[in-house]
Amino acid sequence: MKKSALPDPFEEARVNKGYGEMDDQNDPVTMILGLKDLRKCAHNWKTFQSGAAPGRIVIPSEVNIRDTRQIPFEVDPPEHKDFRALVEPWFKRPLEADYKAVLTQQINDIVDEVLTEDSVEVVEGFSLRLQSRALTLLLNTPYEESETWISWGTHVFRSEGEALDGDKANILYDYIDERITKAIESPGNDLYSMLLAATVNGKKLTREEVKGVMILTFAGGRDTVINAVTNSIAYFAEHPESLDRLLNEPDITGKAVEELIRYFSPLTQMGRVVTEDTQVCEHAIKEDTRISLCWASANRDAKVFENPNDIVIDRKINPHVAFGFSHHNCLGATHARQIMNILLTTLAKKVKSINIVDYKENIEELGEFKRKVGYDNLTVKFNGR
Amino acid sequence: MAKITFITTDDKTITLEGTSGSVMQLAVDNSVPGIDGDCGGVCSCATCHVHVAPEHIEKTGAASEIEEDMLDLNDYSNERSRLCCQLEISEALDGLVLQVAESD
Repeated sequence: MKKSALPDPFEEARVNKGYGEMDDQNDPVTMILGLKDLRKCAHNWKTFQSGAAPGRIVIPSEVNIRDTRQIPFEVDPPEHKDFRALVEPWFKRPLEADYKAVLTQQINDIVDEVLTEDSVEVVEGFSLRLQSRALTLLLNTPYEESETWISWGTHVFRSEGEALDGDKANILYDYIDERITKAIESPGNDLYSMLLAATVNGKKLTREEVKGVMILTFAGGRDTVINAVTNSIAYFAEHPESLDRLLNEPDITGKAVEELIRYFSPLTQMGRVVTEDTQVCEHAIKEDTRISLCWASANRDAKVFENPNDIVIDRKINPHVAFGFSHHNCLGATHARQIMNILLTTLAKKVKSINIVDYKENIEELGEFKRKVGYDNLTVKFNGR
Repeated sequence: MAKITFITTDDKTITLEGTSGSVMQLAVDNSVPGIDGDCGGVCSCATCHVHVAPEHIEKTGAASEIEEDMLDLNDYSNERSRLCCQLEISEALDGLVLQVAESD
């Protein structure tokens, strides 16, 4: 097995029964594993709800560490539509030329920097820094803010051993509270100020609602982007030929981004709360229990993807669900895609090869399944062209 | 060379000329409102959904199974729905008229 491989632990359960089961803090989850079933459930927001108790659709559940509802993520239609419409244009800004130019400069700088070093621990020394700096663009806050976010370490919600850590979550919640207060006192051009001035469904957003959007923005794009970037470095370390292809055939970059994100599926799954007795894959599911939409499993479904466990860098048809599906698809996807696109272009231009020096895999324990989602640490040497 | 006409959701008519690539890319390159093409054309995001004019169904042909699966769960799809990232520009598409589909 290659060091950069992410095996698919769900195949047998997906093929034989279509679902898996795991407990999570005494609130069990039926995991939907096949792509078609998952899409149907994701689309059916009436039976499979997001607007449950705040934190309950997240796995591991955050009900014990969070009271604030994340918006628009934990709101169902019809209210969802107006919240989403409010934030959507802001989250499409990564397509603008100015945004792209600054992000390109940031990524150029950090790649130049690691090329001068004898070895780099990628998770903390590259991915976390890249993600935090890029987030200043998404929030339109000063670049220096990223130093604070980098100082929090990789897991805002999780401490060692992956257990949920309320104290760590409070670091983020207190920080956001403080920034909202500042934006009320002196409004600027950042996301906080935009939200504070906004009206949805005829009403101004409350402070709690602003906080809900900000928590989502910070939490949703942290581990996910860090894993996508780190896993990409591991992949290119073992596939320098792909760096050459991206250099010689830049037109495939967009396809490569989608394929890497399909394969990595940086968010393994997302839950929904069941609002009525129902069934999926001929399996009865009770009201007020949870299902999960297991993106990582669906993205390896051999009924849809040829050679699902291979990275086909220019895969042409790739109907993956790594950014979710239907109403609640990833709000930060435009930002994430732009980061990955620029990262791949920059690496191809500047990096000839990467050597893996040392690594420790990050394995999620999901009931009967164990899934590698990335690395706790990955030390490499970057070699320039 | 093919002339392709997009009718936007607010009834504006935009006619573009293309020689190669996908119809989605032509629309995105020319900022046709409602055609986002978020995934770059790999049939993953359904943000390039159009309804083919009834008289032009034969020009485009039918959707593949994978494309149909995407469209099945779209609240705005009908029997003339296509994801235009899956339409390759060629002479055969000359004169094609596409209605940009609504989205949430």
